Amino acid sequence: MSDQQATSHSLTPVGAHGENLDAHDPSNVVNPEHVAHHIVSPAVYAMIFGVLMVGTLLTVGASMVNLGPFNAPIAIGIAVTKAVFVVLFFMHVKYSSRLVKLTVAAGFFTFIVLVMMSLLDYVSRAWGQW
Amino acid sequence: MSIASTITHPPEPEIHPSHDVHEHPFYQKHHFETAEQQREAASFGMWLFLLTEIMFFGGLFFAYLLYRNWYYEAFVSASNSLNMPLGLVNTIVLISSSLTMALAVWSSEVRDLKKLKMFLWLTILLGFVFLGIKTVEYHDKFVEHHVPGASFDIKDFVNPPKGSLDKPLTVDMANKTQIYFSLYFAMTGVHALHMIIGIAILFVLVYKARTGIYTSGYVQPIENFGLYWHFVDIVWIFLFPFLYLINRH
Repeated sequence: MSDQQATSHSLTPVGAHGENLDAHDPSNVVNPEHVAHHIVSPAVYAMIFGVLMVGTLLTVGASMVNLGPFNAPIAIGIAVTKAVFVVLFFMHVKYSSRLVKLTVAAGFFTFIVLVMMSLLDYVSRAWGQW
Repeated sequence: MSIASTITHPPEPEIHPSHDVHEHPFYQKHHFETAEQQREAASFGMWLFLLTEIMFFGGLFFAYLLYRNWYYEAFVSASNSLNMPLGLVNTIVLISSSLTMALAVWSSEVRDLKKLKMFLWLTILLGFVFLGIKTVEYHDKFVEHHVPGASFDIKDFVNPPKGSLDKPLTVDMANKTQIYFSLYFAMTGVHALHMIIGIAILFVLVYKARTGIYTSGYVQPIENFGLYWHFVDIVWIFLFPFLYLINRH
């Protein structure tokens, strides 16, 4: 018995009737999204690259104009837009399954929640009154 | 009847006939039903890792947000002491490296080994260009005594050099520029560390790619590394305006 187990292939589990229990069974996969694999073309990548370049120049240009309180929101807005393009196309989230989309969204949402809660603490303290 | 008693080990002959049902791509692990399922799991896992990275950098970004509100004048003066054109060039270099990495993923998908190797090498090259420019910038900061610590000198902020548009800061506020520079070195430093790790992994990928394993359907390692590289790019997309462009007018 121990002699038979010494060979590597004998580690494959086999049922009582000799069937291979290690066989892959695609019919066990019930999520139809798994089948699709979208290949993003270089033309799309080049277009996104162009958008990112324009965004980079815009953010530099905007910083050189005095827009009062709007300088910071505009800089953040441009950066967020660029990041969304990178996430959707370079990182293929636009073509990903709902599981991946939800994961990404949940991550950024959680980050926003943490920032908001920390800011609430910051702005609601009685600064200078102790 | 327990499972243990129904599973036995194969008798002779050594290769069981049921082995025929075992056809699958060479990279598919035994606990996945299909290669697509495996790819999905790998992407999901990579994204979970990237979410921890969001939290890692997020803490630094939040610290930046608060201190920028508290010591805005110090942050403006310190930010304007950075070399903005170099930062802009580095942004373009890094976004270009993201493009070459995306094209490397595409090469792997269409199974073109020559292009895959070329784009991986280009990504490595652009990564080194970025780090080189960053080194020049760090060097300038050391020369100017703008590195927080014992040798920090506030004179550039109390008495701005001729031609500078910056208002002179009080000694008290000028000292607060050290907080800006602490955040500057911490944020760009951990970002650069991510790039150094990324370049090291790129060398491993380009070495392993030569056998053709990534150009025969096995895209996952290239794709997952691409996710990492693009994430590092996103961090810089935020760092550039936050650190270099606070107030350039």
